[in-house]
Amino acid sequence: MRKRCLDMVYTLAQRDERVVFIGSDLSPGLLGEMKKTYPERYYMEGVAEANIIGMAAGMAMEGLVPYVNTIATFITRRCYEQVALDLCLHDLPVRLIGNGGGYVYAPLGPTHQAIEDLAIMRALPNMTVTAVCDAEEMTRLMNASLDWPHPIYIRLAKGGDPIVSRPAKDFAIGKAIDMSEDAGDAEALIVATGVATTAALEAGKRLAADGVRCRVLHVHTIKPLDTQAIVDAARTARLVVTVEEHSIVGGLGSAVLEALADTGERMPPVRRLGIGDEFAHHYGNQQKLMDIWGINPHGIARAVTNGLARARQ
Amino acid sequence: MNDAIKSSYATDLGRVRDQQLDERSLHLRRLIVRAIDKGKRGHIGPALSLVEIIRVLYDDVLRHRQQEPKWPERDRFILSKGHGCLALYAVLADKGYFPIAELDRFCHFDSILGGHPEVVTPGVEACTGALGHGLPIGIGLALAARIQKRDSRIVVLMGDGEINEGSVWEAAACADKHRLGNLTAIIDYNKLQSAGSVFEIQNMEPLADKWASFGFQVLEANGHDVADLRRTFARAMALPPNQPRVVICHTVKGKGIPAAENNASWHHKAELSDHVRQAIGLKD
Repeated sequence: MRKRCLDMVYTLAQRDERVVFIGSDLSPGLLGEMKKTYPERYYMEGVAEANIIGMAAGMAMEGLVPYVNTIATFITRRCYEQVALDLCLHDLPVRLIGNGGGYVYAPLGPTHQAIEDLAIMRALPNMTVTAVCDAEEMTRLMNASLDWPHPIYIRLAKGGDPIVSRPAKDFAIGKAIDMSEDAGDAEALIVATGVATTAALEAGKRLAADGVRCRVLHVHTIKPLDTQAIVDAARTARLVVTVEEHSIVGGLGSAVLEALADTGERMPPVRRLGIGDEFAHHYGNQQKLMDIWGINPHGIARAVTNGLARARQ
Repeated sequence: MNDAIKSSYATDLGRVRDQQLDERSLHLRRLIVRAIDKGKRGHIGPALSLVEIIRVLYDDVLRHRQQEPKWPERDRFILSKGHGCLALYAVLADKGYFPIAELDRFCHFDSILGGHPEVVTPGVEACTGALGHGLPIGIGLALAARIQKRDSRIVVLMGDGEINEGSVWEAAACADKHRLGNLTAIIDYNKLQSAGSVFEIQNMEPLADKWASFGFQVLEANGHDVADLRRTFARAMALPPNQPRVVICHTVKGKGIPAAENNASWHHKAELSDHVRQAIGLKD
């Protein structure tokens, strides 16, 4: 997904002379072709996130479309005021590409784990917040990003993720994708974002084998949230389960709860699967850390089964 | 300020302190006081040290069109020290970017003039107020001018407290790396920050050496002497175009109102006395 995203920056740069790349001390040779072809639109800067966000803002004020890339924690936490004021207050079309959303950098510890990136980006007016589920969907997002008039946060997953997304005609920023159109009158609605959608689809298959029909709604855009799709799907379900590789504070689960509460209607119970409100105490690998919180097909299926059992009581 | 620091500058700081203000400078100060009177608030001290700097920029240095604020070929000016905005508003109003009567609505509910600059105000390039943002934005503007093959010049005005911010020095290093000859930084060196003397709160001396070591060509001026500012900015703009430059302007916080001069408690004021008005010829 990361490689596809950056390859797409070069593709977009070939297509449109407004596109600029800014990195912060990334891998040697990254986007080397772009550097060679468009040296005036390729910037590999130092470890100075506050400066590169301001720099991107200045470029965007002049009509350029900068794609800025570094590790997700550094592009969100480190320069939050620059993101809030230089990008969001001016509502500029800068794209922030955050490497390693969630627990991708599990062995590197909490300094490198972006567990609240969606929450803090979502809190900013004018910011668009995205987490696609695979490389194919990344291509669609990147194509759509070129003329999107607001700042965008693009959360990257680990890479090599299985392709589960749907063809291009379905994709629009801000529109959730129903991944199980044949689910009919599903009992449970699973709302997922990023690579958690892949786990949700696998859980859905297992549940179907047990005779439990689930609808999986893939929310690649956490903000603006496709409230209509979520509310419509929730109305006909007996249970809603949200899944995200992110803190349960302020992310997709919170956004879904807000959307359902704001209807003022009676809604099915909601269970949120996500990272507990704490920094990681372990290393290992991404999946092992997610397993702690049940962010895997088994955990999702269990949350649906238990939730439905309780709903029946 | 100790003698060692004083002697590192060519500017006579006594002359800065005693600098007489001409009628145009007093007129601009009257506009500032008018806005504070009507708005019942405002950063007065930080605005008064900036008046001559901004006046000379708009009168003599910047290429700009008040009838066409977004003229693509214009020079870009960012008041990074956003809390000095009253000086900018006074000059922009005086130049005709908006009616002078707008100053009477400073900080009012539906005003176009807020307590910090925002791009809703004609002539304002960037929303500033949080410190340390202007120079990084200026880097982006300067690089964009280079990419788009425009000869626009970028001028960023910062406060001497503001340059405590690390982002300023991230940007300084970046300006040097890219050899941004179209970028000029200006420091309003009034030597007082909000809490007190900059030499006590966070000394940045040797300031000229710091900027020079970051790859900037360093000039200095008496920030209240219009003729000196004209000369110095003209020299700055004429320097070889392969290096960013900084003009350290020695100023007096609160300049023009004796009670406010060099008085940290005048950083922000809601009420002004007749005494103040008399000092700038607003009342007999």
